[in-house]
Order: sequence, then structure tokens, then C-alpha cells
Amino acid sequence: MSYETLTVDIDSDGIALVTIDLPGQSMNVWNQALIADFKGFTEELISDDAIKGAVITSGKKSGFLAGADLNMLGASKADSMAEAFESAWELNGLLRRMETGGHTAKELLKGTAHAKPVACALNGLALGGGLELALACHYRVCADYPKIQLGLPEVQVGLLPGGGGTQRLPRLAGLQAAGMAIMTGQPMNPQAALAQKIVDEVVPADEVVAKAKAWVKANPKASAPWDKKGYKFPGGAGSMDPRAVPLYLGSSAIALKQSKGNFEAVKAILSCLYEGSMLPIDTALRVESKYFTKLLAGPQAKNMIRTLFINKQAAEKGAARPKGVPPSDIKTVGVLGAGLMGSGITHVTAKGGMNVIVLDRNMEEAQKAIDYSQKIVDKGVKRGKMTQEKADAFMARITPTDNYDDLKDVDLIIEAVFERPDVKADVIKKTEAVIGKDVVFASNTSTLPITGLAKNSERPDQFIGMHFFSPVEKMPLLEIIPGAETGDKALAVALDYNAKIRKVPIVVKDVRGFYTNRVFPPYANEAMLMVAEGVKPALIENAAIAMGMPIGPLAVVDETTLQLGYDIMTSTKEEMGDAYVPSGTEDLMEIMVNKIDRRGRRFGGGFYEYAEDGSKKLWPGLADHFPLAEEQPAVEEVKQRLMFIQLIATAQCFDEGVVSDPQSADLGAIFGWGFAPWTGGPMSHIDTMGVDNFVRIADNLAQKHGERFKPPMSFREKADKGESFYKAA
Amino acid sequence: MTEAFIYDAVRSPRGKGRNDGALHEITALDLSAQVLASINDRNELEGHEVEDIAFGCVSPVGEQGAVISRMAALKAGYADTTSAIQVNRFCGSGLEAVNIAAGKVCSGETDLAVGGGIESMSRIPMGSDGLGGMADPSLVFQEYFVPQGISADLIATKYGYSRDDVDAYAVESQKRAAKAWDEKRFAKSILPIRDVIGEVVLDHDELMRPETDMQSLGALGPAFQMMGEQMPGFDDVAILKHPEVEKINHVHHAGNSSGIVDGSAAVLIGNEKAAEKYSLKPRARIISMASIGSEPTIMLTGPEFAAKKALERAGMTAKDIDLWELNEAFAAVVLRFMDAMNVDHSDINVNGGAIAMGHPLGATGAMILGTALDELERSGKSTALSTLCIGGGMGIATIIERVN
Repeated sequence: MSYETLTVDIDSDGIALVTIDLPGQSMNVWNQALIADFKGFTEELISDDAIKGAVITSGKKSGFLAGADLNMLGASKADSMAEAFESAWELNGLLRRMETGGHTAKELLKGTAHAKPVACALNGLALGGGLELALACHYRVCADYPKIQLGLPEVQVGLLPGGGGTQRLPRLAGLQAAGMAIMTGQPMNPQAALAQKIVDEVVPADEVVAKAKAWVKANPKASAPWDKKGYKFPGGAGSMDPRAVPLYLGSSAIALKQSKGNFEAVKAILSCLYEGSMLPIDTALRVESKYFTKLLAGPQAKNMIRTLFINKQAAEKGAARPKGVPPSDIKTVGVLGAGLMGSGITHVTAKGGMNVIVLDRNMEEAQKAIDYSQKIVDKGVKRGKMTQEKADAFMARITPTDNYDDLKDVDLIIEAVFERPDVKADVIKKTEAVIGKDVVFASNTSTLPITGLAKNSERPDQFIGMHFFSPVEKMPLLEIIPGAETGDKALAVALDYNAKIRKVPIVVKDVRGFYTNRVFPPYANEAMLMVAEGVKPALIENAAIAMGMPIGPLAVVDETTLQLGYDIMTSTKEEMGDAYVPSGTEDLMEIMVNKIDRRGRRFGGGFYEYAEDGSKKLWPGLADHFPLAEEQPAVEEVKQRLMFIQLIATAQCFDEGVVSDPQSADLGAIFGWGFAPWTGGPMSHIDTMGVDNFVRIADNLAQKHGERFKPPMSFREKADKGESFYKAA
Repeated sequence: MTEAFIYDAVRSPRGKGRNDGALHEITALDLSAQVLASINDRNELEGHEVEDIAFGCVSPVGEQGAVISRMAALKAGYADTTSAIQVNRFCGSGLEAVNIAAGKVCSGETDLAVGGGIESMSRIPMGSDGLGGMADPSLVFQEYFVPQGISADLIATKYGYSRDDVDAYAVESQKRAAKAWDEKRFAKSILPIRDVIGEVVLDHDELMRPETDMQSLGALGPAFQMMGEQMPGFDDVAILKHPEVEKINHVHHAGNSSGIVDGSAAVLIGNEKAAEKYSLKPRARIISMASIGSEPTIMLTGPEFAAKKALERAGMTAKDIDLWELNEAFAAVVLRFMDAMNVDHSDINVNGGAIAMGHPLGATGAMILGTALDELERSGKSTALSTLCIGGGMGIATIIERVN
């Protein structure tokens, strides 16, 4: 038989070499075509006496198999849960059929029947359904590249490994190791997999197929360990096993602690491990498929796949890049300013393989960028994540200078000097005097409008904004801001640069605060308003954390400092005069900053007090100035306020075109300020609850807490029409 | 409804629940049987009079499995006609068994019954039955279960009991227990336990440390801090359910929590007809019984609600109770109960409790009811309420009134 996605090559020993090689794709994935072909081959293997066994490998240099095609899963539709189960069971059942050779578990257990041996020759990464295919083989040989990733990352897009992964991995490696691997989704390298008995042999890359064949030849009758008599779960399993019970308890606690119970997939994975470990493999696999079906039918997996995988990848690949602009080749970047932001930008640029000329007003200042990177690189070497040679090469890419002339050959300028228009104007002039005529000038700013800054430029069409977040090497988002006169080329170059530093880019409109800084302040304000109302600060912080925010809003305010908030408030007041709309936090700010000197962490303390060991504790004195209300709100109410204030601010940005599509709004929220990732982002969350529901709840909140919760008109219209922002899957 | 009277209450001494404990060599069957046999002996019964026996047991597996009360009744020489049941309401099992026995009398099902319990914790360790649904992630994620020690520390945090508060309570419990033993206040109920050659292996509560003081307790590290704050981090789970708490203050340790011990107890309950027929002298009347469920993460606040329900059903208020017995599972449980019910320390656990003498899970409820009865008779007081906090978030209470 011939197949579209794989080739079968039977050698003189009757061993079929199955090489998976999806045509026209850079990476092998489980899609409908491969499932169909693999099914065909499995039947061939079972029924054709000429085939004695099989070795499965990949024809791709990129790896073995990277999992299921998420576009296929994201778009999956079924009329009923039973039908969805059948579709989820297709691959799971197929792998089991290969494993049993079409025999029943009872026959295998008694030894009256055997499967034909199937070995896997892993010549590259095997993730998700790729590793599950390997796990369903009777033997696994892996190439000894330490960079090969073996793992089950499904949880990261709201799913579970539904091809037997939650059952076979613990049966090989034990509940604890398997639980950690599946719940975190973190991959392991071949040696770690060998140590955990997940692979059987690690050999030089050019020997994987030969070694796999040798095993098949030597083992003509095969069955999985769990189909053999006397199989024992490594490390114990079952509700009476004194080794397993603490594991079940402990893993639930760890998972709750980390997920706050927000991720359906984490819960489902734990149930698969718990229930599956008490069942015979055939029933266990069906239970796994049922949990998988349930996840796939729910909103979380769809939202997470859409935002965290499909849209993130599209953005990273430059979905917003203007068509028709030829790709730019950025070799050297000039970074202006070696402060915190400039140093961070220098670091990620060098990390992206580019040379950096970092300029500051004197060599001493410029050297700070070197020190910044040296510290990070040294840490990498110390931890064995980087070789000394690579570290040296990394540092060699960074050149500090105080001389503008050194910028004359750069391909891109990123300016990160002090956030003052006059300072920026000065460096723009000095830089444009030396750089090439077609070099794009990007300004890193979080507050100053780009169109205004571009007025200082001789070539405003080549002038663009790039809003990096601090610390630059850790924060995944980049806001790219075209000004009124910015041309296509500048946007294209910005995105080409982003592709090299591998941030998640979103293109946003040139308004004060851009996108993320429009949404975050109202959220922080809402938390402070609650403090002023007498809501227990711990309740506010814990509510935010419980709904999936990485840290509490008051802790964030302490980090950015109340002083900064106060300064912005004061300047806005001055600027706007009578038009100033009070946020309601003015009195609190006044007390915290001017009366009791709780100006934030940098100033010795704010809402929290900080111990020398870095630990923090809510400052007990708060209650003296903001007495606790006798009746405290339910946590659900606090969560709703903290959630909706973000949803409303996002909705307003969307309404005003600050972000032009829901994809960017969602990506910016999750990767910019850590908005609860289980939702898929604020726009996904609004869609999931239903726009009409969103409007109704927002109106209720507005009535109870103030006009700031009023949803924009365009959202009301959307609700009336019964529409959603994303097209239904 | 028929009235139920208590005619007798007997208990074993409590042996250390370890393999060097005095009762470790006594099988759970034999320990239960000796206690059950003494009910017949002390009341000059032949063995056929008791119609039904309810026994609490929290780990009813292995030698404690298979309805241990029926096996123990047979071994103790009860008639073949005496039926038996084993019940599990975690730490409330012993009192639940008493309430079942009383309920059978009240409903008219039986004239004479025994309620009691057994837990040989040295032989069948806690958790030997697995943890059932409490280990099922689908329920853990729904309810945010944490181990009891974390719940106890959560109570201390939420209601503001410091390490000194809980330690001071524990010191007092040891003092009271020592005094009670010195004055032979338990003498009426204690059955010395004998080995296979008939020698007494234990005639007193083995765990007590009367020399305990604030200093000796101060040397103990908090027992639940590691599992709470680090691995696996149960504090965060508890805080998800109680988000107004910033950080859990870990105050409990072995010295201010109930001890792990072996023990068994039995209470003879019947109606007036049985008293006449078998010449039994009623000691107390059962006034009211109640069981409740409460929030399962904080888990151990149930006694307050159980007590209130029992009082309400009896048409009484807390002021009508002369004597309180609350199982000392953890010091904070009692401190919280006293605050919630406005009970003075001088009226509760006056002869010490499980912190000093131990908590044989399935038997404790029956034991503290007997302790309350003895104390009513000794002090001449009239009413007593016995109550226990219970795993999974429950509570149980029984009110009795002395009748002579």
C-alpha cells in the first residue's frame, strides 16, 4: 500500500521501516491524513504475515513528531459528546490497537497471543501526540542529541495528552514523575527520559533505526509491560497504596497552588492519573479520552489554543507586517541610552544574534549595558545553560560608546533615553545626523506619543515607537506604535527586528499609554479604591491571584511606586484643569504619599512592608488610615470588580481602535500585564461569557460602584445583535 | 418518644499508639472484647440482654475490619442473638455510635443497646483505609481539602490564637488530666486491660506528661509549617477558600494536638423497661443529639454548630449546660469553641482531654461522654454537652442530664 504522509520500507527480515514525512510541512503533526495513513499501516502490520514487526521514525530533520495539529483540534466540531468522544478515541484507540496487535488484553496477559513488535526510532523532538506514539510502541530508541525535547505540553493550551499519554507515562515512570511532566508540560532531554525509563536506549543519531530494528528482530513477540502478567505500577498506585495516596494528595495541592484551580486541563489531568492508575489500561485509556473530550468541548481549550498558540504564532511570524516590503536584514542595532531599559534592549538584541552599539553620554554610563548583560550571561554559564565560548561571543557583540559617529553603520536605532521630550529631541537630531538615510529610528517610550516625538525627526516616515517592558529580557510583549506619519517600511523593520528577539508583538495606536498602560492603571486604581472602602487588603490581593493574576495589584503598585502614580495624577490634573475626571483614589494617594510616607517598595514600603530577606507582608498600619469595613464583600464580588475593570478598559481600547483586533487585545493582555491566561485574554473572556452577559454585569457594576464600569456603546450594539468578537469556531 | 438512659460507661486506659505502647500487643478484637465483656460483668448481665451494639471505628480495615463490633461481641461472650454494627463518622464515630444506640432505644427498636468504639492506632495506623474520596482530585479541586493540622492552624490564624495561647491551653490540659488521675476521678470508668496470661498491661493513660510547661512546649517546632508553606504547599490551598487570610500562622505541634493512642470504650443505654427487667440503675438521661456538616477546609469548627443544634432541639441555651466536653483534637479547636459559645474555660474539659491523654479516633466520642457523666456525678452538676470536631467538616454533640 502507498501512503501520502508516510513511507513503508520492508527489509529482508520483514521489518517495516515506517518513515513519517508530511508533504509540504516543515514538521510532522497528527492530522487527519496521518491518522488515516497510520490506521492503514497498522491494519497492514496486523494482517500481513510478511511483516514481522515495525520501526517508526521520521523523515524530517526538524524532529520526530510535534503533536496534534492544533488548528484541527481548535476547529473540531461534533454534534454530541458521544460523537466527540468517538473522534477523540480515534487516535487513542488506534495506538492501542498497534500496541496489542489487535489482541485482547486478556489474550496478551495469558500469553496466548502477542503483538508484532513495534519500536520507535526517535531522531528528533517528540512532543504531545509524537511522544504518545512513541510510548505506544514496545521499545523506544532515541538519538543522543541533548537538545531533543521529549514531552507532553498539551496542558499549556488547555488540553491533556489524549493519545494515552496520561496512562502510559505513569505506567513507565511512576505517578510522581509523570504527574509533574504532564501537569507542567515541560519537556525533558533524552538522558532524563532514559533515567525515568521513558525511553529504553539513547544512541548516536545515525544508529537509531539500526538499534530499533535490532530490538524488533530479537523480540518477535511483543507486548507492553502493562499487558504482561505481574506488571506493577512503578512507585505504587491505587487508593489503598500508602505510597500512592500521599502522591494523589500532594499533587492536587501543588496543582491547586500553582493553577489556583483555574485550569480545567490541570484538573482533568489529575483525574486521569488518579482514576486511570486504578484501572486496567483499556478502560483507563477510554476514561482519558472522555476527559479529553470534555476539555475540547469546553471554552478554555478553544480560547487557549486560539490565543496562546495560533494567534501568538501568527503575531510572532509577523501577521501585522505590511505586505510587499522586502525583508530587512538587521545585523547591527544602535541602542541609545544604557539605563535599565537601554541595557535590557541591548541584551535581548545581542541575544537575538545582532551586534549592538550602545551609546550613552559617557563611557562610564555606556559600560552599564555591558555590566547588565555580563551579569546575566555569567549566571547562564554558572548554571550550565551557556558555554563560556558562547558567553564570550555574546559579549563580543556588544560595543559601548559615547561617540555618535560610531552609529553610522547601524541598520536600526532604538532609542531608550530619559522620558523627557527635550532629551529625546536632542538625541534624535544627533543620531539622524550620522545614521544612513534609510535607517529606521525606533523610540522606546511608555508615555510619550510617537507622533509628537516624530516631529523632531527629519524623516517621520521612518520613525516608529517600540514599547518594551521591564525587565526587557523577561517580559514577553512588545508594543509597536506607528505614529501618524510612520510608513510601511518602518513597521516592517520593527516586526523583522521583533522576529529576531522573539517577543510577542502587537501593533497599537498612538494614544497616551498605548494599550497596556491604558488598561493596567484602572485595574490598580480599583484595588486602591477597595482599600479606601475598607475592603481587607489580603482579600483584594488573594482575589486577584485566585482569578489568575500573577501577583496582587497592591503589590504591583508598590513596585511601580505610589509616588509615580501620584506624580502622574498631579501632572494630569494640571494638564487637564477643570476637565480632570477624578479616579477616586486621590485622597488615598495623598495620604499614602504625603501624609504617611508609604510611597512604595523603593521608598521603604507601601501597601506592604518588606523584610530584608525579600519577603513581604501587608503593612498592618493600613487599617489605621483606611479602617476595615464591618461587612466584607464576598471574594466573588472582589474578583468580579477586578476582572471587569480590566475587561471594560480593554473594551474601551478596542472601541477606540487602540488595538484593532481582538487577537492583539488578548495577546497584549496576557503577555503584557499577565492577564489570567486561562481565559485566552479579555476579548476571549467577553466572548465566552457572551457579550450580552458582559454588558449586563458591567451595567450592574456601574450602578453599584460607578460609571467607570459602563461598557462602550459598540459593545451594547454587539450584544443586541447577538454577535461575538471572534468568529465562532 | 421513649426516653433513653445511660446505665453504664466504661473505657480502657489509653495506650501510646506506637509499637512500644502498652496496648500494642493487644489485638483490636481483644481490646474491644474486654471492654464489651466488662459491660456485662459490671452490670451482672448474662450476655443476651443487650440487643444491639454500635461501635465507631475510623480505620475499619485489617483486624479492625469486617464489623469488629460483632466479632468482639462474640468473643466477649454476648449471645448469638446480639447484633452489631460498625460506624464511621471519623473522629465523631464513638459518639455517633452512642447516639445510634440511643436512637434505637428512643425509636422503640431496642430496649437495651451498647454504643462505643475502638481504635488501635498502633496496630492499624491512621489512613490505613486509603483516604477514599478525599484523595480524588475532582473533589479536592471542588472543596480545597487540606490536612487537619492546616485547618487547625487556619482556625488559630483566623480567630487570632497565638502560639502562646494554644500552648497555654495544652499546659492546662496536662495539669487537669494529672489532677484528675491523682484524685481518681476516672476510677469509675477505667477498665485495666489484661494480656493473654491475665496480667494487667495498662491501668492508666500512658501518654500523659504532667511536667509539661510553656518552656518544654516552646521547644517544639510547628508541625504543619513545612507541608503548609513548602511541599506541597497546603496553605495556598486553604487561602483559596479563605482569601481574607494573608498568611497562615502555624502554631500547632505534637504538644498541643491530640495524641495518637490505642483505646476502646462502651456505653450501656436502654429504656426504663430494660432497667426494671435487669435491675439497672439509670445514671443519666439523653436529652438531645445532633450531627451537622460544616465548611470542610477549615473543617474543625463543627462543634459550635453541632452544639447549637443540639441545644436548640432540646429547647436549651448554652447557659443551661453545666459542663462541657469538647474533644481536644487541637488546642485552637477548643479556644474557638469557647469564644463562639461563650463558654468559660473552667466549665470545659475540666479533667483534661485528648492533648494530655490521647484520641483513639473511633472510641473517643464514647470516652468523653463517660468522662462527662463521671464528672457530673462527682461535682453534683446536672447537664453536660459532649461534642467533637470531625474530619471532612462535621460536628456531633450529645446532651445528657444526670438523674440521681
